[in-house]
Amino acid sequence: MSSNASASAPASASPFSRLWDSAGMLLVFALLFVGCSIFVENFFSVANLRGLALSVSTIGMIACTMMFCLAAGDFDLSVGSVVAFAGVLGATVMNATGNVALGVAAALGSGALVGFVNGVLVARVGINALITTLASMQIVRGLGFIASDGRAVGIRTDSFFAFGNSALLGVPTPVWLTIGCFAIFGVLLNLTIFGRNALAIGGNKEAAHLAGVPVTRIKVVIFTLQGLVAAFAGLVLAARMTSGQPNTSQGLELEVISACVLGGVSLSGGVARIGAVVAGVLIMGLVQNAMNLLNIPPFYQYVARGLILLGAVMLDRFKRRA
Amino acid sequence: MSVSARASVASLDFVALAKEFPGVRALDDVSFSVRGGGVHALMGENGAGKSTLLKILSGAYRPSSGSVRLDGIERVFGSTAEAIAAGVAVIYQELHLVSEMTVAENLLIGRYPRRGLLLDRAALRAEAARLLALVGEDLSPDTRLGRLSLAQRQMVEIAKALGRGARVVAFDEPTSSLSAKETARLFAIIRDLKARGHAILYVTHRMDEVYEICDAATVLRDGRHVVTHDSLAAVTRDALVKSMVGRELTNVYNYRPRLQRPEGLEVSGLAGPGLRAPVSFSVKRGEVLGFFGLVGAGRSELMRLVCGAVEPSAGEVKIHGARLASGSPRAAIRAGLVFCPEDRKKEGIVAIRSVAENINLSARRSRLRAGLFLDFTWEKRNAREKIAGLRVRTASADTLIGTLSGGNQQKAILARWLSENVRVIVLDEPTRGIDIGAKSEIYALIHELAETGVAVVIVSSELPEVLGISDRVIVMREGLVAAEFARESATPEAVLRAALPSGSSVSAAAA
Ligand SMILES: Nc1ncnc2c1ncn2[C@@H]1O[C@H](COP(=O)(O)OP(=O)(O)OP(=O)(O)O)[C@@H](O)[C@H]1O
Ligand SMILES: [Mg+2]
Repeated sequence: MSSNASASAPASASPFSRLWDSAGMLLVFALLFVGCSIFVENFFSVANLRGLALSVSTIGMIACTMMFCLAAGDFDLSVGSVVAFAGVLGATVMNATGNVALGVAAALGSGALVGFVNGVLVARVGINALITTLASMQIVRGLGFIASDGRAVGIRTDSFFAFGNSALLGVPTPVWLTIGCFAIFGVLLNLTIFGRNALAIGGNKEAAHLAGVPVTRIKVVIFTLQGLVAAFAGLVLAARMTSGQPNTSQGLELEVISACVLGGVSLSGGVARIGAVVAGVLIMGLVQNAMNLLNIPPFYQYVARGLILLGAVMLDRFKRRA
Repeated sequence: MSVSARASVASLDFVALAKEFPGVRALDDVSFSVRGGGVHALMGENGAGKSTLLKILSGAYRPSSGSVRLDGIERVFGSTAEAIAAGVAVIYQELHLVSEMTVAENLLIGRYPRRGLLLDRAALRAEAARLLALVGEDLSPDTRLGRLSLAQRQMVEIAKALGRGARVVAFDEPTSSLSAKETARLFAIIRDLKARGHAILYVTHRMDEVYEICDAATVLRDGRHVVTHDSLAAVTRDALVKSMVGRELTNVYNYRPRLQRPEGLEVSGLAGPGLRAPVSFSVKRGEVLGFFGLVGAGRSELMRLVCGAVEPSAGEVKIHGARLASGSPRAAIRAGLVFCPEDRKKEGIVAIRSVAENINLSARRSRLRAGLFLDFTWEKRNAREKIAGLRVRTASADTLIGTLSGGNQQKAILARWLSENVRVIVLDEPTRGIDIGAKSEIYALIHELAETGVAVVIVSSELPEVLGISDRVIVMREGLVAAEFARESATPEAVLRAALPSGSSVSAAAA
């Protein structure tokens, strides 16, 4: 033993790559933040930073569960539709019954159900996640339009939207909720067997199965959580907008996946870090915000977002090669 | 770049080669020469650096320092394409062929004959047939590669290398999944390559093969060059082993009779894919039952049914007398039946996770706090203990398991199962790709397990191993149980005869 160990004495990894691994994306965010504070007018103000945080709250919540989905080697395209549908359904039920709890329960329940069905189709029946969630994305979007007849459903219960626009210690409630999601799912990822099993499944499904990991069950749980959290985000969004809007959040799924990829989550599964995902979400929001302040036309913003995503992935590959 | 421009006898020198990975010095100042017209064995323990050396030769890795000289000319290959163009081919254990394409397409990939803009199909097939003839493979060039056996694929890979004018051919543990007959074919081809003046580098852990096919040998240890023998005539087996392991190895199998207790595992009437008739057998606590057979005899299929990896169509499995829910590895593990599958890469390791993660993957289940939270103290301690106990050679417990050498990955997977509360352990080819020193450690471990009352089932294609460690041997042939031997009556001849398809002679296949 001793001779083996001494001969392969660690020629320790370079400090740069260590640092990059643990905090690379947070560092990028910090640099961008400082840069924007200096060069972009009106960026560093309480009102703007509040707006920024609010603007990423939806993506942030959903990124938590998307991270699990990707970590386990799947992904979910239906989240944008679930956000819209949950808002519409919640608003409709609240208006019909005058009961907030009932509306919330209906929205969360339907979101969880969509996720559960996705999970069963992917994990149990064995249909590819792309196809399954592409289908449910369209079905759920359609259901949202049907339920609302294509129009926004105004919420008449003011206690509900008062909550969506409230704040605690100067920080908007939706932002607190997002922070809560990050905390919960961060703990789930790092400190529990559930998180480790999800990563093992993403790394090698067959090996995990043979090692006694309940692969099907974990995947179904992940998809169900994904639906639940998307519906929750949809409710919060509806509360902010004081209405359930059937056409909101189109393309949100891609923004969420982009944020996760920016946060170093591997699309082939098995690798995920919550801190980096937080940074990915923040970078997305910051860039968007800065572009708005700089009056860059929306058409160009699409191009810029795509380039940033590519840039981040290239940076990551470059680092791995070095 | 034409073949004729080169000397007819190839020569290959490694000069002060070094390769560092983060945390590991895989090669350290390695120099030796390989002469054309001979087969040069490259030997050493798991993690000694053999595969790394081959990967540098093939251009997959760049050396940290030092160089490779081909026919006296210094070469640093920046890519596998450059190495191939220079006449170097490395046949890895995992083959690099496309199973969706035909044999002909695989053989000539990247250099299809054309007529104008179109593919010249006739020329493609003709050239493919010529290459297949070179390796004596009687195959239609139009067969889809996915339909071939592993041995046939290997032949295709060799033919492909020859088609590219390879003059240096390196093999990394080529026989580990081949049957005796297929191995004999491979050796015939290697002798033919040798006769043509090619330089051949041959990595193996099997001493028999070294003496059968190799002319010279180099031993690496911990990334350093230990010795090169230009001729093996005067070198004894023990001396070679000693230079690899750094100490004498005596009594490898370490067999001692053990107290045998009540039945540990009872299998009755088990049927399913890969078996031609239902199988029943049982193993006592404290007993080691060996399963011998040729590759493809149905042993792995049977074990997969026993351990729930595949749902059986009939039959039942009992652990310590209690019936096991069928078709669930999870239920099996909970009942104390663990299974170490043969295909380490596909079914064993989670390559992008750490060594510690891989070790704790299964057993952590029973060490949770509040049923959900990991016990990090236990996780760390268990990983550390198992790494030390099995001598897994890794920079740290947090190193990605995928970067470990093949044999060390195998040890880490064994560590996973030894972390469980084992009652019955089923090991499918547990020593494949494992060096001699580690093998004897694993045999000792098997003995220890049995001594503590574990029922052990071991599947192996290595006859000496099965005979050396088992109390009892079951021989399978073509999806059926062919014979059963007690230790005393299990002679190599009798066991081998039972394993061979009826009608073939023992001497032919044993060769
Ligand atoms: N890509 C890599 N990254 C980090 N370390 C590596 C990498 N490849 C190999 N190593 C390390 O280099 C050392 C030599 O590995 P190598 O695969 O060459 O051993 P080997 O002699 O082929 O062993 P085996 O007989 O088990 O196949 C090992 O310690 C291994 O962990
Ligand atoms: Mg190797």
